[in-house]
Amino acid sequence: MRCIKCGEKAIMELPRHNSAFCKPDYLEYFETQVERVIRRRRTFNRDDRILIGVSGGKDSLSLWHVLARMGYKTAGLHIHLGIGEYSSLSYEKTLRFSEQHGLTLFTVDLAGKYGMNVTELSRTLRRAPCSGCGLSKRYILNREAYERGFDALATGHNLDDETATLLGNILHWQIGHLARQSPVLPSTGEKLIKRVKPLYTLTERETAAYALLHGIDYILEECPNAWKAKSLLYKDALARIEAESPGAKQRFLTQFLEAAQARLQVGADDYVLRDCVRCGQPTTAELCAFCRMWQQATERAEKRKRYRETASGREMPTLQERF
Amino acid sequence: MKVIIRNPKRREIEVEGRRQVRDLLRELDLNPESVLVIRDGNMLTRDDTVEAGDTIEILSAISGG
Repeated sequence: MRCIKCGEKAIMELPRHNSAFCKPDYLEYFETQVERVIRRRRTFNRDDRILIGVSGGKDSLSLWHVLARMGYKTAGLHIHLGIGEYSSLSYEKTLRFSEQHGLTLFTVDLAGKYGMNVTELSRTLRRAPCSGCGLSKRYILNREAYERGFDALATGHNLDDETATLLGNILHWQIGHLARQSPVLPSTGEKLIKRVKPLYTLTERETAAYALLHGIDYILEECPNAWKAKSLLYKDALARIEAESPGAKQRFLTQFLEAAQARLQVGADDYVLRDCVRCGQPTTAELCAFCRMWQQATERAEKRKRYRETASGREMPTLQERF
Repeated sequence: MKVIIRNPKRREIEVEGRRQVRDLLRELDLNPESVLVIRDGNMLTRDDTVEAGDTIEILSAISGG
């Protein structure tokens, strides 16, 4: 197979574009896609300070790499989630990348700052780890971006992530989620930072190829909780469709964004943002979802502690009680 | 040839005979849309031929979460 631009041997084929590229032309294609999203979607401009949520995986590290290469003012934020060895390795990869490229990295340790890691939070709340993990990441990214004075918050969500989310939202008819699913979520309040997804037109395979070609050392291991995530099932289904019908994923998302989403916007903005009474972050309720989750977790943990103390007291009666 | 599959857990298998990458992936029941195929640090396309003596690495590009 030959590169469609220069005729040299191709190293990457893209059936959805009916194309194949050699290494230099593939890397140029990748940057052009990112630049096009930035320009067309008006994600940010050259003067903006961009905080990137960095997990240590191929998508977030590739995003940081490409934006830094293009000369944007970036810094990374890594959240240490405390999911065993996986989180330690993710942090090591992120830290090494930032040091190698001379980029600023901020780190938040979930257990250190809020009292429990994702595993402990999941056990205490008796709910799937992914729900507490996702909520924590969204909250912390926005809060840190706001408190550190960033103009935009960028994440490495790619075409596969976005189409899997879209499929999940449609299967459950999550109209509110569908109305908000967008590669750019503008700031709708002073404390709500603009969120952007510059890689949303590129597939996971394409970001993995970019990382590989640039020698980016990312975490290959999968999150041990990921097998519980429905997104893998949706991605597998979409990859099967894509193999039979190249371009299906791209059309699914693009046509949703262009044709369907605007119709869902009616009434979607009928809410008033106010400050959470506890943390001051934007919310539609008195207490934000993050604070409600931690309040519940703290209450349950204290209840268990009291129960253990009571149980322990029963097992060890005083001398007077014994006789 | 030796085929190392990282999906994401690492496993290693031996495959006999010369064939195109697309045929190798079909035999291993791997979707070409979800993986990268690498030989000696170079990415291969579906029409490339792999043969005895090669060490091929197949890297899953799909992650959850």
